Amino acid sequence: MGTGIQIWSTAKTLATGAIIGLTISDRYLTIVTTKGDSMHPTLTAADSFFRGDVVFAERGCLDKYKFSRGDVVIFKCPSDHNKDFVKRLIALPGEWIRIPVSQEIIKVPEGHCWVEGDNADRSWDSRSFGPIPLGLIKGRVTHIIWPPSKMGRVERKWPEDSAICSVYLQVNQPKGQLKP
Amino acid sequence: MSRFLRRLAGAPWRAIVESAISRAVVVGCGVTVIDERVVSLTYPRGPSMLPAINIMGDLVVADKLSARYGWVSPGDVVQFVSPEDPRKTVIKRVLGMEGDAVTYLVDPANSDVSKTVVVPKGHIWVQGDNIHNSTDSRQFGPLPYGLVNGKICCRILPLKGFGSIDSKQ
Repeated sequence: MGTGIQIWSTAKTLATGAIIGLTISDRYLTIVTTKGDSMHPTLTAADSFFRGDVVFAERGCLDKYKFSRGDVVIFKCPSDHNKDFVKRLIALPGEWIRIPVSQEIIKVPEGHCWVEGDNADRSWDSRSFGPIPLGLIKGRVTHIIWPPSKMGRVERKWPEDSAICSVYLQVNQPKGQLKP
Repeated sequence: MSRFLRRLAGAPWRAIVESAISRAVVVGCGVTVIDERVVSLTYPRGPSMLPAINIMGDLVVADKLSARYGWVSPGDVVQFVSPEDPRKTVIKRVLGMEGDAVTYLVDPANSDVSKTVVVPKGHIWVQGDNIHNSTDSRQFGPLPYGLVNGKICCRILPLKGFGSIDSKQ
């Protein structure tokens, strides 16, 4: 009899913990393991137990979809909903961007954004699949928590040589695909 | 009177408040988890799904589990985050899965010119039942499946329309 009550109370505690944990991870803050070297040197692949960096991702930004250029975001791969990618947000809706390969300038459509990996040579990102809908974004990476040597905030940075075009283009050439 | 007050003051208020708060937190979290991962209720609005769903006043159940695991097939009505404005959630019918060829009328009001597209990998083709008044894949193209967050499995209100959502109603 005593063991039955004990099992029941343990199960209740576990279920409560799981529910609270899931709520926090769905709504506020979650822990993600990253793999691959597309974000080198911000996030690196390693031979450690986790095979990469472990990071905190906050979900508060999803309430209003307010992002800034340079944020590191987690999003669902547009061609496979089971895969999550981590990349840096380069351009927001309505901004102009130059595709490095073709030197073409395009405008990021409403409700979309442009994401790129920090390691341009080893990254499969908007340069291949184009702008992605903001709705695919599932969180913003804020801190690295493992390995201890890299523990700390993930900086919001914005590559200097990036493809964003300056404001005068928006003024002078209002729409369509342009050649610089 | 004073005896009553004395008894009131003697009640274990602290314990009562503590247990009430902790229960409220757990129930609140439980509701959030179910709403986010299992089922939720939605009030769809707008003319795009006429006549299957009315412009206003319907209450439907969105099944989040099927959407998460990809148990969606052509003919189902799904709920997804609009690719044009992430703050909006819209409801449309799935007409094609990845690899399917979909034929649609470009401008149903004025001509019968039709176009055929093949839906790319990881995408689906969605259209409103009311093709004359719907913003859907005909404008924004194939939809990445990752935006789908619910499958509409049945209608609750109005009560006489209870049940699944057919296109011929």
